[in-house]
Amino acid sequence: MRLWAIQRVTAAVLALAVAAHLATILYAVRGGLSAAEILGRTRGAEGWLLFYAVFALAAGLHGAVGLRNVAAEWLGWRGLRWDATWLAIGALTAALGIRAAWGLYHA
Amino acid sequence: MKVRIQRDGGMAEYAVAARASQTVLDVVTEIQREQAPDLAYRFACRVGMCGSCAMEVNGVARWTCRTHVSRVVGADGVLELRPLANLPVIRDLVTDMAPFFEKWSRAGGQFVPKDGVVPAEFAVVPPASPQRREADAGIECIGCGVCYASCDIVSWNADYLGPAAMNRAWTLVNDERDGARAGRLRAVAGDAGCHSCHSTQGCTERCPKGLDPSGAIAGLKRTIFWGLA
Amino acid sequence: MRDRRHPAYWGFVLHRASGVALALFLPLHFWALGQAIHGAAALDGFLRLVDHPLFTLAEWGLVVLLALHLAGGLRVMALEFLGWRHRQKDLVAASAGFAFGIGMMFLLHVG
Repeated sequence: MRLWAIQRVTAAVLALAVAAHLATILYAVRGGLSAAEILGRTRGAEGWLLFYAVFALAAGLHGAVGLRNVAAEWLGWRGLRWDATWLAIGALTAALGIRAAWGLYHA
Repeated sequence: MKVRIQRDGGMAEYAVAARASQTVLDVVTEIQREQAPDLAYRFACRVGMCGSCAMEVNGVARWTCRTHVSRVVGADGVLELRPLANLPVIRDLVTDMAPFFEKWSRAGGQFVPKDGVVPAEFAVVPPASPQRREADAGIECIGCGVCYASCDIVSWNADYLGPAAMNRAWTLVNDERDGARAGRLRAVAGDAGCHSCHSTQGCTERCPKGLDPSGAIAGLKRTIFWGLA
Repeated sequence: MRDRRHPAYWGFVLHRASGVALALFLPLHFWALGQAIHGAAALDGFLRLVDHPLFTLAEWGLVVLLALHLAGGLRVMALEFLGWRHRQKDLVAASAGFAFGIGMMFLLHVG
């Protein structure tokens, strides 16, 4: 039930973030991707840092809880130990994402 | 018309004359009376009230007494009948409905009057009021098990309460005379309950009474979520 | 053979498949962007490495999956939180259409 709540709260955050992300992608891919262009947007920009940090946190947790449900139903991986494992994977993924956001801000 | 029926020991094949306005239940009854007296199947009312004649008809769970053969027969003219999915088979087309109804009681499917006693006076819930409409939405369930047999989540998790039990729970959650709301919401929460529903909506798609168990389960999720906040 | 022949079921299958694919891709994505921590040159090196039509095709696939998962998720949330019970089949079609549209826009803009 708590995991379900996590899933829906992160989903609500992601709904907005993904919409913004898709718009950014469609805008950014024009003329090809380059580090200079990407970093020109994100370097020193607190707004983007905050956006990507929140986005990464929500996406990491959302993905892990989703995989947990799939694994429980299709592979029979059930129980508290699996739940804890998936949450750890989610937190780790989120940390990786926040690290990347920091890199884009700080580079 | 060719009729294939899953029986103990494999698929049996019968030939039955096609007739006007013939229902699937008519076909099964004709086979049992004319060709296979040991064929086991279940029915009672024949008019869509009792909910006992449901089977898998060409891969789809249906109430057979209200299903015309002409609407469901395959392009090859074959009618294939199997017992309801997700339930133990007793014999031939007869399933054991005990797990199905046991889950109704586990989901808190019993009305519990407020303060523990049924009031002497009728509770007046005006028919046009939203409260009444919400409570009425799921009340026509006949317990046929079609939704339960059409649900993937049940087949993935044997403990999952299933659409009918939770539709019943939702009906009672919306019944303003009911006094067991909190316990019922606890009973339907979690992985064996509403939170495992992925809204695949097979239940709603197939309910012969046109009910919407999927929407009911969504209502339970919503109620529990805002109860947390 | 269980009965799965209806639009909401297809919607579920698409939602689950896209979700699994995106969840598996996510760590890879973060790792790649994490190259920025080693400076612009490292990020550029990676971007040049994946500047190939096959990768562009994969990116297009990811964008479509993301759009699909977004639209499908909004449909489920509308059912769960707003009680939109009646137009679910239309919403399944609309979410597929949304993903298709985003995919076309990506192809128009890319390059």
